[in-house]
Amino acid sequence: MPEPMLELHRVCKDFGGLRAVDEVSFRVGVGAIKGVIGPNGAGKSTLFNLIACNTPLSGGVIRFEGREIQGLKPYQTAALGIARTFQNIKLFAGMNVLECVMVGAHTRGRAGFLAGLLPMPMHRREEAAIRERSMTCLEFLGIADLAQSRADLLAFGQQRAVELARALAAEPRLLLLDEPAAGLNIYETAELGRRIKSIQERGITVLLVEHDMSLVMEICDEIVVLSYGRKLADDVPVGIQRNPEVIAVYLGEEYEPAG
Amino acid sequence: MSPELFFQYLVAGITYGAVYAVVAIGFNIIYNSTGIINFAQGEFVMLGGMIAITFAQWLPLFWAIAAAVAATMLIGALMELCCIRRLKEPGILQMLIITIGISILLREAALHIWGEGIHSLPYFYGDAITAWTFGPVRLSPQVAWVLLACTLMVLGLQLFFNRSPLGREMRACAVNRTAALLCGVKARNMVTLSFVLSAGMGAVAGCMISPITYTQYDSGAALALKGFTAAIIGGLGNSMAAVAAGLLLGILEAFSITLVPLAFQDAVSVSLLLFILFIKPHGLFGSSEAARLKAF
Amino acid sequence: MQAQTRAGLAALITGVVLIQLFTAFTGTEYFLTQLTMSAYYALLVIGLCALMGYAGQISIGHAGFFAIGGYLSALLTTYNLQPLAEHPAVSLPARLGLLFTWENLYGETLLTFAPWAAAIIAMVAAALVALLVGVPVLKLRGHYLAMATLGFGTIIYRVVLALPILGEADGISEVPGFVMLPAGIVGDAALMISGDSSQRIFNYYIAWIVLLLGLILLLNLMNRSRSGRALRALHGSEEAAEACGVDTSRVKLQVFVLSAVYAALAGVLLTHFNGGIGPAEATVMKSVRYVALVAVGGMTSLWGALFMGVGLSFLSLRGVFGSYDDAVFGLILLAVMLFAPGGLAQINSRIPWRRLLPLKRTQDGDHA
Repeated sequence: MPEPMLELHRVCKDFGGLRAVDEVSFRVGVGAIKGVIGPNGAGKSTLFNLIACNTPLSGGVIRFEGREIQGLKPYQTAALGIARTFQNIKLFAGMNVLECVMVGAHTRGRAGFLAGLLPMPMHRREEAAIRERSMTCLEFLGIADLAQSRADLLAFGQQRAVELARALAAEPRLLLLDEPAAGLNIYETAELGRRIKSIQERGITVLLVEHDMSLVMEICDEIVVLSYGRKLADDVPVGIQRNPEVIAVYLGEEYEPAG
Repeated sequence: MSPELFFQYLVAGITYGAVYAVVAIGFNIIYNSTGIINFAQGEFVMLGGMIAITFAQWLPLFWAIAAAVAATMLIGALMELCCIRRLKEPGILQMLIITIGISILLREAALHIWGEGIHSLPYFYGDAITAWTFGPVRLSPQVAWVLLACTLMVLGLQLFFNRSPLGREMRACAVNRTAALLCGVKARNMVTLSFVLSAGMGAVAGCMISPITYTQYDSGAALALKGFTAAIIGGLGNSMAAVAAGLLLGILEAFSITLVPLAFQDAVSVSLLLFILFIKPHGLFGSSEAARLKAF
Repeated sequence: MQAQTRAGLAALITGVVLIQLFTAFTGTEYFLTQLTMSAYYALLVIGLCALMGYAGQISIGHAGFFAIGGYLSALLTTYNLQPLAEHPAVSLPARLGLLFTWENLYGETLLTFAPWAAAIIAMVAAALVALLVGVPVLKLRGHYLAMATLGFGTIIYRVVLALPILGEADGISEVPGFVMLPAGIVGDAALMISGDSSQRIFNYYIAWIVLLLGLILLLNLMNRSRSGRALRALHGSEEAAEACGVDTSRVKLQVFVLSAVYAALAGVLLTHFNGGIGPAEATVMKSVRYVALVAVGGMTSLWGALFMGVGLSFLSLRGVFGSYDDAVFGLILLAVMLFAPGGLAQINSRIPWRRLLPLKRTQDGDHA
């Protein structure tokens, strides 16, 4: 079996006496789109925060390209090649869209603090390269015309696109999406699905935690289902749709398996 | 060091430590209800002393102190009502700067009202050389007053927070403001109350200590710094630990005189503060997990 | 550099020259002395602005860094090493050319550190102290930096007040001028940073050149550099900045150290200009005053900080506020935070003439 991009091994998280994530293990293959779903309170967000190194693990191991990343700071995982978006959008107030995206390319630059005070020609070139790369990301997502707008004043759907552009500007190998479809209407969700597919085509592995069934079933190669902090199933979408346990616990009685 | 000297230092340390503890509790009460450090905390102590000194010209000592405490509480209430309350979305930095501004204004007002000189209340019992002797220990009655008042305040506060409905409401606000609001607690008023309480406690401490340390318009700043050090050592927000930390700090400071010149005495506690922030920012008695739980 | 910034700088330079010409024609050149001092204070204030407005961290100890700069350079340039000339600790710097010999007002010959060497030592010392204070504190959230810097400032004040070598309550005087151009290059006399009235115009321009260079460096940093972008980003959302790979505590530490160096440089130059320094420069009230100047300038506006830093320092130095000097700054602090947390420029940003001034980013305000 080839080395997975991301591997979780018996990952646990306790909050006081409550076990929010209970010995969850799964792998994300290189180049795949993997979805994590589950009913409210299943531990999806907690799991996401563990992978993004925002909260410390209570137990288990997380490996990124064979390297253990639990215990690292978020900025360190970013440097390794993991980018993320936020469920409740976190853009930088007071900056324009282009600048926001350029912050995303932070790990791709090397100019230090002193170079900021007194930029030399090489630093100017690096700055121009970052600017260009960021513009390319905006063009890729079709929002190049917003480059000079204030990021925090944009419409919700546009802000989500800016967050995505910011994550892409880091040229990550693994992209973590935290409920990317939250707050989007069905057209925007469909558009988002196409975007995520085209991101995959650029060779970026995607892990998304999502509520929206249609999106997950549509784009994911594999899906992990969580319930009460435990892994219930880990299968291709068709398998998930046919898994009786998943149907009982998550999808409910009314759901009729398609195909 | 002779036993006599040892006990003299110890008593002095405990006396100062008790005052630091009270100031630290004042910090904690406001921190728990608003999440900010009130830089004007030391000014409450100074104002309590100054106002009592003024009133003592016309009133018996007890009533002068009572009036001074009431007046300082009123100032604390006004500070919250006129400044903190009218902020729509108060940021930490903004509230912090406001309390700094208020502390400057109170200090400058004191300078223009009472001048640069030092003032003091008379000793409550006897005078500066009256002392009770217990074996090797000589104890000034004023020290007993300070310790008595501080102990009563701490115990009273514990009763208030744990037994009275109002105290429980304040605790509820500290733990979860939104939930408290949903339960019908008027969180705004609880913030005002926290300012009134900590102003009152500061004022009492200021009156008790005035005969020993004297009161000057700028004596608040050093007290605030030491009270804050005690609050940090105890873990910000935790008042019972602050009492222990305050006493510890006072004793440490008293004995530091044997090692460093008097002029650097302030530097001792500040160095301690920086050192604690360096090694254990959540306090000697707490963990980072516990630091998130607010307890009065 | 953006056209707007360039226009702003050009306007500022024109203004500086016009003020000098105005004082020359009206015979009010004594104003230049306070304008020079104000420019040095403003240098500290824009450094503090980078820390407060952009990194969102408040320091109430910048007078301490100012004092480290001023006192160290004063001590090193006045402490006579002649009796120790044979000691290796003295002969080594002497061989390296760090020392110089000069004659004070009483005709004594002194061997001391040269002003430029003293200035460098003072700024390095300030940077090291800032590291020492900042490393533990900037990892913590909230207002620990406020109290830690307050404590640091208090220590510095106590130390300068208590150490006989620093002159206790009198401070250090008889500090020599800081020679910028030796005699014979422009005119017969050496051009130096000193309070000598014949050097007044030269000092006015030197102070403003230093301030402008300081401003340009900070504008470079904030508006078009990777680190500055990271700094502004962490002010917007610390979590998202971390996720983008920004080591937030490191960037905060860097800007804290930078602002300390600005303060120390201001202290060094002002001490040479005044010919001495006293403990009044190290008080906590001075630190609070600098915070007030940043706040009234609009927190995130280097331009606002510069104008307010110069303007209000000038009024204060002219004695306009009388014995209410400190109270005025306390009141400013309170009033700005209560009524216009975005600074004065925010209040009337809708008035058209405001747009003529290069006040950038002020309407973004600061809500941290």
